[in-house]
Amino acid sequence: MRHFFRRKSSRETARDRLKILLISDRVNCSPEMIELIKTDIAKVISKYMKIDAANMEIQINAKGKGARGIKNPTLYANIPILDLHK
Amino acid sequence: MSNSEVIVVTSGKGGVGKTTTTANVGTGLAKLGKKVCLIDTDIGLRNLDVVMGLENRIVYNLVDVVEGSCRVKQALIRDKRNPGLYLMPSAQTRDKSAVSPGQMVKVIEHLREQFDYVLLDCPAGIEQGFQNAIAGADRALVVTTPEVSAIRDADRIIGLLEANGFKQMDLIINRLRMDMVRKGDMMSAADVVDILAVPLLGIVPDDENVVIATNQGEPLVGNDCPAGKAYANIVRRIRGEEVPFPNLDKSISFWTRVTGIFHKA
Repeated sequence: MRHFFRRKSSRETARDRLKILLISDRVNCSPEMIELIKTDIAKVISKYMKIDAANMEIQINAKGKGARGIKNPTLYANIPILDLHK
Repeated sequence: MSNSEVIVVTSGKGGVGKTTTTANVGTGLAKLGKKVCLIDTDIGLRNLDVVMGLENRIVYNLVDVVEGSCRVKQALIRDKRNPGLYLMPSAQTRDKSAVSPGQMVKVIEHLREQFDYVLLDCPAGIEQGFQNAIAGADRALVVTTPEVSAIRDADRIIGLLEANGFKQMDLIINRLRMDMVRKGDMMSAADVVDILAVPLLGIVPDDENVVIATNQGEPLVGNDCPAGKAYANIVRRIRGEEVPFPNLDKSISFWTRVTGIFHKA
C-alpha cells in the first residue's frame, strides 16, 4: 500500500542523497564547512541589520541550468531581513 | 587517417563495465567496416584481452612499445573474427609508472595514421593510469551504473575531463533494470542524466548474456539480446546517427501504478 501512504522510494532517496553529495563534491567543500560559512555570513550581516538567521539558506550552485561547462560555481544566500535599521 | 577519432572509455569506479563497453563498441565499429584499434591502458591488471577472447595470442604489449622493445605493429593482435579490429594489450607484470602521458600521446599519434577509431580502456581510479588513458583522446565515454557510488565517481571524472579540456563527453548508463525502476527502487536513466548533465549516448540493460559473452570471450554487440541491441545502438550513435531511445523515462505509468498497488499490497 506504499502508493497511498507514500513513503519515499529508494529511488528518490538515492537521487536526493546524490544531489547533496555532488554539491559538496563539486565545490570541494564539506557540508560542515558550508554550515561554518553560513554562521559567519549571519554574524557579519547582523552588524548592520536584523536578520532571521534561523531561516537563512545558503547553497553553492554551478550557475544556471545545465551546469556543465561553467567553471565557477556560485554561492547563493537567501537571508530574510527582519529589520533594515538596527 | 586524417579524421580518425580517439575515444577513451572511463568511469572512475571499478566494475561498472568499462572493459565490456570498450570491447563491444570497438567490435561494433569494426563490424561496420571501420579499422579499429583497442588499447588496454590498465597496466598490471589487464582484462580487455580476456573479454575479447584474445588472451592466448599476446606476444608484446603496450609497455614493450613504449620502451622500444618492439614496433607498434608487433604488439597489435588482429582479431580474426572481425577484419579491421586490433588489440594492443597491456602489460600484466608492470605498474602504472611504466608509461607516461607523453609516451601514450606518441603511440596514439602513430595509430591515428592507420585506424579510423582508437579506443582506450581506462583503468579505475583517477591516478596516473587515468592520466595516461586520457592524454591522447579526443572524446570520452563515461560509463556508470544507476547507483549512488558509481554516479558520484562519474561526476568526479566528468569534472576532471573538463579540467583537462575535453569538449565531448557522453554518458553510457550500464546495467539498468527497468523492473526495479518501475518499482521505484532504482534511479531511472532520466534521473542519472539530470544529475550528471552530460549528453546520453546509450542505456545498456542488465542482461545475463553479457556474463555468458564474457565467459566465452566473444563480444555480443549486434546479437539478438537486450544488451547486444543496446551496444549496436551506441555504435550507431557514435557514427553520428540519430537513434531514438525506446523508453528513456517510462517512469511510473498510470497502469503500473494501478497494478503496482496489487503487487505491493
